[in-house]
Amino acid sequence: MAAADLTLLRTDSDRLLAAVRGLLAAKGIVTPEEIKERIRFVDEAHPGQGARMVARAWVDPAFRATMLADGTKAAELLGIPMRGMPPLGVLENAPGLHHLVVCTLCSCYPRAVLGYPPFWFKSAAYRARAVRDPAGVLAEWRTVLPADTTIRVVDSTADYRWMVLPMRPPGTEGWSEDRLAGVVTEGDMIGVTLPHVTA
Amino acid sequence: MSDLPDAGIAEPGDNPNRAHHDMGGVSKFLCEPIDTAAHALTEFDREVDAIRGLLGAKGVMGVDELRRGIEAIPESEYHKLSYYQRWIRSITDNLLVQGVITAEELVAALK
Amino acid sequence: MKFAPGAAVKVRDDWPEARGPVHIRTPHYLRGRQGTVVRHLGDFANPEDLAFARPASRLPLYHVAFAPEGIWPGGGADLLVEVFEPWLQPI
Repeated sequence: MAAADLTLLRTDSDRLLAAVRGLLAAKGIVTPEEIKERIRFVDEAHPGQGARMVARAWVDPAFRATMLADGTKAAELLGIPMRGMPPLGVLENAPGLHHLVVCTLCSCYPRAVLGYPPFWFKSAAYRARAVRDPAGVLAEWRTVLPADTTIRVVDSTADYRWMVLPMRPPGTEGWSEDRLAGVVTEGDMIGVTLPHVTA
Repeated sequence: MSDLPDAGIAEPGDNPNRAHHDMGGVSKFLCEPIDTAAHALTEFDREVDAIRGLLGAKGVMGVDELRRGIEAIPESEYHKLSYYQRWIRSITDNLLVQGVITAEELVAALK
Repeated sequence: MKFAPGAAVKVRDDWPEARGPVHIRTPHYLRGRQGTVVRHLGDFANPEDLAFARPASRLPLYHVAFAPEGIWPGGGADLLVEVFEPWLQPI
């Protein structure tokens, strides 16, 4: 396949976007209204969705089993739109085992349940270091795991998107699902941090 | 991590055929700190993201085509461009290569 | 589907990057390395063709585990990576 002209592609990005937006609209391929609607739709995905799944899994063993077997189905059970999204896989942390998700090739991220990938997830430093020195990466967040914990790094290279099911933190006994969801952050579901309960 | 390479295990990042976007474990990034701060997306970012999503949903351009276009950006430029700057460049590349838009149309639209 | 869970496999030590424009989803650091199939994740269209808008056949995709020894000089992490079947050889 012939590559496109580099000189043209080196045009300033804002001008490139304006030109592409105009051409796609003129050709009836993508209209400005569709773009606005799409932004609204994408903005609705946020880490609170994944957090709801985690909280439900902590209180409902049947849901937890479904979530580990089929993340997409579990998300849909909670009303999270998954149509057209890549299949969602869920990795369960346990005593002695901690998962960390990275995409060394680009930035594959479980967007349906966590929203846009954060800046750090897309950075060269994270992508390079996570597969080789995960403990050093966790230290950037001051995350310390119990001694003798195996860190399993999941390089998201293909068609699945992966999220981590963290362990329920101590001190949350008897909490409601909503309150539990409130302690789960984006980083917890990628594996750079642990759910934290402030005293 | 030890600085001393184990005998018998080659440094994988040293293979001259490695593509620059394929950066797992590559030594030149290993001492780079990770910027863990939240960075808000701009309107530009959101719009580029939306256009890519729509082109995917409409079957004009898939995610692997987006990636191919990003990987085609020379390394020296790749690291100077923001994430979504790479995307608009790849989207434009793919639209041109697929003949969805022509270079002449793009030149005219850039004026 | 060629590999059952637990199968010992070796990732092909192949560098299509040297032969022209390609889009490869098998990370460089796994080429030539040995791992263990964890499970078959499903069959998916070959990204190496999709990237160039070519007709793409569906390929079995596996989750493959790699031990920290033997990947990086000086050790490293326990890894779990999606790898398409044509990249895997039985040991």
